[in-house]
Amino acid sequence: MTDATSEPGSGASDDATAVADAITEPAPAESAAPEPEPSGPSPLGDVAAELFARLEEELGDAILARAENHGTLIVRVRPDVWSDVARVSRTRLECDYLSFVSGIDWLPAPKEGGDDDGDTSSPAQPSEQTVGVTGGETRFQVFAHVQSTRRHWGVTFKADVSDAAPEVGSWTSVYPGADWHERECWEMYGINFDGHPAMRKLYLPHEFEGNPLRKDFPLLARVLKPWPGLVDVEPMPGEGDDEAAPTPDGGDS
Amino acid sequence: MNLLAVHVPWGLALGIKTLIVLIVVPTGALLLGYVFLLKMMSHMQSRLGPMEAGPHGSLQLVADGLKFLQKEDVILAEADRPVFKLAPAVVVLSTFLIFVVIPVGPGPGGVVSNLDVGVFYALAVSSLSVIGVLMAGWASANKFALLGALRAAAQLIAYELPLLLAVVGVVLQAGTMNLQGIVAAQQDGSIFGWGFIGNPFIFTQFIGFVLFMVAAQAELTQTPFDMPVAESELVAGYMVEYTGFRFLFFFIGEFGTATAFAALAATLFLGGYALPWFHGTAATVLGPFVLIAKMMLVAFFIFWVRFTYPRLREDQLQSLAWKVLIPLALFNIVLTGTLKVLV
Amino acid sequence: MSTTNPPEETMPDIEIDPRDLRHLADAQMNVELDTGDMILNLGPQHPATHGTLRVVVRLDGERVISADPVIGYMHRGYEKLTEFRTYPQITTLINRIDWLSSFANEVPFIDGAEKLMGVTAPPRAQYIRTMLTELSRIATFVLFLGEMSLQVGGITPAFFGFRDREHILNLIESATGGRFHPNFNRIGGIKDDLPWGWLSETRSAMQMVLNSCDDFEDLVAGNEIFQARTRSIGIIPGELGATYGVSGSNLRASGVDWDLRRDGAPYLVYPELDFKVWTHPDGDSYARYMVRLQETRESARMVVQMLDQIPEGPVMAKVPRIIKVPEGEVWVETENPLGQMGYYIVSKGGTGPFRVKIRSASFSNVSILPWLLRGVYVPDVITILASLYFILGDIDR
Repeated sequence: MTDATSEPGSGASDDATAVADAITEPAPAESAAPEPEPSGPSPLGDVAAELFARLEEELGDAILARAENHGTLIVRVRPDVWSDVARVSRTRLECDYLSFVSGIDWLPAPKEGGDDDGDTSSPAQPSEQTVGVTGGETRFQVFAHVQSTRRHWGVTFKADVSDAAPEVGSWTSVYPGADWHERECWEMYGINFDGHPAMRKLYLPHEFEGNPLRKDFPLLARVLKPWPGLVDVEPMPGEGDDEAAPTPDGGDS
Repeated sequence: MNLLAVHVPWGLALGIKTLIVLIVVPTGALLLGYVFLLKMMSHMQSRLGPMEAGPHGSLQLVADGLKFLQKEDVILAEADRPVFKLAPAVVVLSTFLIFVVIPVGPGPGGVVSNLDVGVFYALAVSSLSVIGVLMAGWASANKFALLGALRAAAQLIAYELPLLLAVVGVVLQAGTMNLQGIVAAQQDGSIFGWGFIGNPFIFTQFIGFVLFMVAAQAELTQTPFDMPVAESELVAGYMVEYTGFRFLFFFIGEFGTATAFAALAATLFLGGYALPWFHGTAATVLGPFVLIAKMMLVAFFIFWVRFTYPRLREDQLQSLAWKVLIPLALFNIVLTGTLKVLV
Repeated sequence: MSTTNPPEETMPDIEIDPRDLRHLADAQMNVELDTGDMILNLGPQHPATHGTLRVVVRLDGERVISADPVIGYMHRGYEKLTEFRTYPQITTLINRIDWLSSFANEVPFIDGAEKLMGVTAPPRAQYIRTMLTELSRIATFVLFLGEMSLQVGGITPAFFGFRDREHILNLIESATGGRFHPNFNRIGGIKDDLPWGWLSETRSAMQMVLNSCDDFEDLVAGNEIFQARTRSIGIIPGELGATYGVSGSNLRASGVDWDLRRDGAPYLVYPELDFKVWTHPDGDSYARYMVRLQETRESARMVVQMLDQIPEGPVMAKVPRIIKVPEGEVWVETENPLGQMGYYIVSKGGTGPFRVKIRSASFSNVSILPWLLRGVYVPDVITILASLYFILGDIDR
């Protein structure tokens, strides 16, 4: 397990901590709490170190945080350099292959009916807001994964997106394949990609309203019919503590 | 007219002949459809579907026919109704017209109409079907159908030429355009003086035969030349909007034309109804069966190719016609003419 | 911001062909005023689109001026649905992403959950998983080998494809109980061990697959008309294909030697197997056919290798009864039959994931269509669609 909690990158420590103070308090505290506080950024593997060195050379203090997570380097950058990231990753990192561009909404899943009613809308989820291994300051993030077909490495990039005007730069001029990914992210999260040539709905009908993958967009089927998942957990056969209680059917299997 | 030495009055003869043609076309179409489409194709493709109805699937065609008759006759609101309804009839009509000149026995009684320009007539009326196809494609008010119809028109026009030129060699060698005359020329002829089995023109006109079969495959819009109906591209081309009985008409037209072309090829290149040593009454009685046997042989090749090959692209089809088939056909004519003069 | 601009000398040239971007500008569907062209809707109900892909093509005669794929007719919102389900339930959903090789879809997801939990499946389970993944690959590819011929017009090989797929499906069914949707993976292993006689039956089935690959090579790939229809049609340059995210056999057919089974993070038992990654320099439809043909053979050989090597032992590791995945996030990717399949799983420590980003192969493979289809003829549209080999469930998710 190479899972490591991130700290702001060394080049950007002042900037990042300054902003980190402004965000809601649980996020950094939660993510840092379970592990002993590392003195600096966690050590990277050889490949990740090489990648990060190249990135740092190009992006400098625009890198806010980094982590090596299950063998993948995750780098969080300032949103204003998002489109530069594409260019840098294609040139300096030799990542010619675009895997995906997508978004994430860190808002805790709303509970229908409150906590004391038990789970009604979804499987048990902690209700605090966390922001993943590289931290974050906003509710929305965009993240993307690029890979190199020659060097066989890959990087995941993340960037915060402001709640008020969710917008980052488009990657389509560097990775033409980002076209559909960004359209999907736009319709699902309402995150706009500045510079995208034809932003229109991809999956959804043109008249669809709302952004379905946002956490506050309810899954209608779950609202109408409560989630039965945890209610009817039956005992495994042969488990001693449950055998004393006979089932109503009287089955003695 | 004398039919097996019995005199038949003119009116009755006409009636009988009309009836025969009316019966031959659907019967031939169903025969080919059953033997090749249902049986041969299924065996080639390890398919068990057409084995269910009747013993060894022998009633499958009846089941299919009944199914077509039950289907609703859908005519689109946008369709050009009179043209839409007329188109299948035009296609089938051209098939009927070909059979008029194909001889099934010796003498004027063996053929419905013993035209002196029989070959010319047969090839001319066979291309009438393109009018029906164009009508169907236009009247369907469907883009796929229109594309299919335009492809069919371009293709049939392009392949009419090699088809005709391929037959020119036969006509040169037989010295007549009368199909009875061509059959007689094959029965009585000789291959460079060796006349043991007569001269089926497939031997002396082999280039012509291959050209004829390739061009006929295109005329029939069978794979590898089935772009007008290409089911994976144009869904079913000009037939896409037709249902039920009207679709059945196209089906009969397709297989009826295949029967007609197979019979024509058998007549032109395989000696027709004639067998080398049979003359007179024996030839009259055996004639139809011999023709059917030869026709089935030719049809077997047509369908074998159909089930084996993928389809060409439209431009490849055109370049094949104009760059390969037509020069080859012209060469064949020159060769035939030269040998005819020299030998 | 000045620091973000790279120094001039460290910046290699990005060669972006203007053609890469041109389609983006004219990607508009409403072109009613262009009277010279014809708009043809290929799909959503069209036999060549394997389902409900719709391609709006503007035609000049039969030549495509522009093509715009319209997707979403089968969008089931799996990324949303996964947020409302527990981990064991999700395998049922993701079985339906690429429904031709359902088992292969489960593998990366379970792999990701296991990574987060720190659980490792026992070796025998890993072997069985790998075998079933490769069988799924064969089942997908033999169908392609026949289907491709069908789209080019030859109907007979398509039935051979279905016949061979049937052998593989029987194997998958006898091992897992499900023909199309096995749902056989569990976090920590697999549900059951293999049935008696499965190994020997698989061995003979693999011989059958190898034989029918020879048939396909003769009957389809060796056919002159097939070659005339597919050679130098739909060429994807390797570099461009990568930037579009085209992956798997489609990318390898463009000469990019990249296979996640060999080059990615090690998963399943691929590091223990000896196999060759096939590439083709041409990048056209024929190259894609040949690469898949060779990969089918390679997969059959891999299965035979695994049959020889499979160890004895348990098939399930010790896992808690109620699966709770610790907080964290993980990116897992596998080489699925259609290309790179990846899941970005974000867990908050609950019984279900917080967010699952599903990266499916066909989505990116098809996104290159507007570029690829420009200027080709309508019949080539069909061959190109067939040679890219997408599954609608894999596009729409």
